[in-house]
Amino acid sequence: MLLSQQIATNRRNTYLLVALISLLLLALGAALGLFWNSPGSGIGIAILAAFFLGTFSYYQGDQLILRYSHARQIAKHDNPQLFNVVEEMAIAAGLPLPQIYLIEDEAPNAFATGRDPEHASLAITTGLLKKLNRDQLQGVMAHELSHVQDRDILYTMMVGVLAGSIVLLSDYVTRYLFWTGGGSLRRRGNRERSQANALLMALGLVLIILAPLIARLVQLAVSRQREYLADASAAKLTRYPEGLASALELIANDSHELRVANRATAHLYVVNPFRNRKLAERNSVFDTHPPLKERIRRLRELR
Amino acid sequence: MEFAIFIALLIVLALIVMGLYNGLVGARNRAEEAWSQIDVQLKRRHDLIPNLVETAKGYMKHEREVFEQVARARQQAIQISGGADVQKRAQAENVLTGALRQLFAVAEAYPDLKANQNMLALQEELTSTENKISFARQHYNDSVLELNNRIQKMPTNLIASAFNFHERPFFELEEPSERQPVQVKF
Repeated sequence: MLLSQQIATNRRNTYLLVALISLLLLALGAALGLFWNSPGSGIGIAILAAFFLGTFSYYQGDQLILRYSHARQIAKHDNPQLFNVVEEMAIAAGLPLPQIYLIEDEAPNAFATGRDPEHASLAITTGLLKKLNRDQLQGVMAHELSHVQDRDILYTMMVGVLAGSIVLLSDYVTRYLFWTGGGSLRRRGNRERSQANALLMALGLVLIILAPLIARLVQLAVSRQREYLADASAAKLTRYPEGLASALELIANDSHELRVANRATAHLYVVNPFRNRKLAERNSVFDTHPPLKERIRRLRELR
Repeated sequence: MEFAIFIALLIVLALIVMGLYNGLVGARNRAEEAWSQIDVQLKRRHDLIPNLVETAKGYMKHEREVFEQVARARQQAIQISGGADVQKRAQAENVLTGALRQLFAVAEAYPDLKANQNMLALQEELTSTENKISFARQHYNDSVLELNNRIQKMPTNLIASAFNFHERPFFELEEPSERQPVQVKF
């Protein structure tokens, strides 16, 4: 696939995602509005929420994700070699130098986020820095910059923030309906109305149960193919696939778990932060990342 | 009616020409940007060398010849960098790369120099600058390939010749052995 096509696909997916999430919010708002006996206000709130959520995720999503991951920004004098390696890869890809963040964690991992290459950030764990040599680090940084180059960072950032907030929101709504639902229905005299309300509430409940599932599915749809693609682009940037391959091998043999990752950010990382070694060998549909063995094999075949 | 169709066709044609033209401009700008990145890194290397020489001289008192060689190569490279001749610049920079490699090879024999903090930092900077030069060259050549492809292929070639777009030369290194960035090891 051409780079321009990848970029276009990611943009389109981002629009679709925002549209889908907005629809979901609208449906939730309508269900809630009907429950309040004023659908208009529910929908109005939902439109406002969709607008603010979309704008916020686009402009501030990267900061939110970075703060959530306990990443702290560093300057060149903190780690000249890391900066040099990133700069080398940025030059190879023809990209501006991204902001660089460190995560204090023994688990070797890294991710990239941001809305476009001019507003991109790389986060690297201290464990990764400690374990990798220069060539391996270069491979991993090239992988991350490939995500920047083809705008994967935009889509995965939006997925992380939007899916994360939908899950949170539906949690709240579920709790709200659970605690207030029965009482307010019983208070209403009109039998027909309460029947309609019960129906709509059931619908709302279905939506609320579906929301996190949908969010999760969207998240799953993103990762596998784009990891293979980013690995291949990384090899093209460094002209040395073995660097990334041996880095992945080292990471695969590491037993630390990344503490700061959660379900909303797992898909951002270069390797799945929740890998259970036995599960990782299976190419399960519910994995956000392809198995490391397969990625290493494909990289070594490039030579 | 026929007139309307004619006008519509003209508009479509104009849009196609515009799209192709913009594509060419984009490719040309990318190649130019890539070239300026090579420029930046070459200049950075020229700027780092006096520092390196200063640090190394204190330890390598009897290696005047090597230092002179580096200084000459650097002077030559800086002189040529004013002009726009890609081939000549590549040649001069190759000579400088060779001279630097010689310097580092000789420095192997000075253990005190190897332990010097300043030298270690300079060594990382120089290694990285060499890498950056070679990655910038890689990016430049990719961009030039894209530009030249557009200029040569139908139908963009018609627009390219009409609007005076020129192919750009690749930034090549002469010997295959010099395709690898210098590995500075102490």
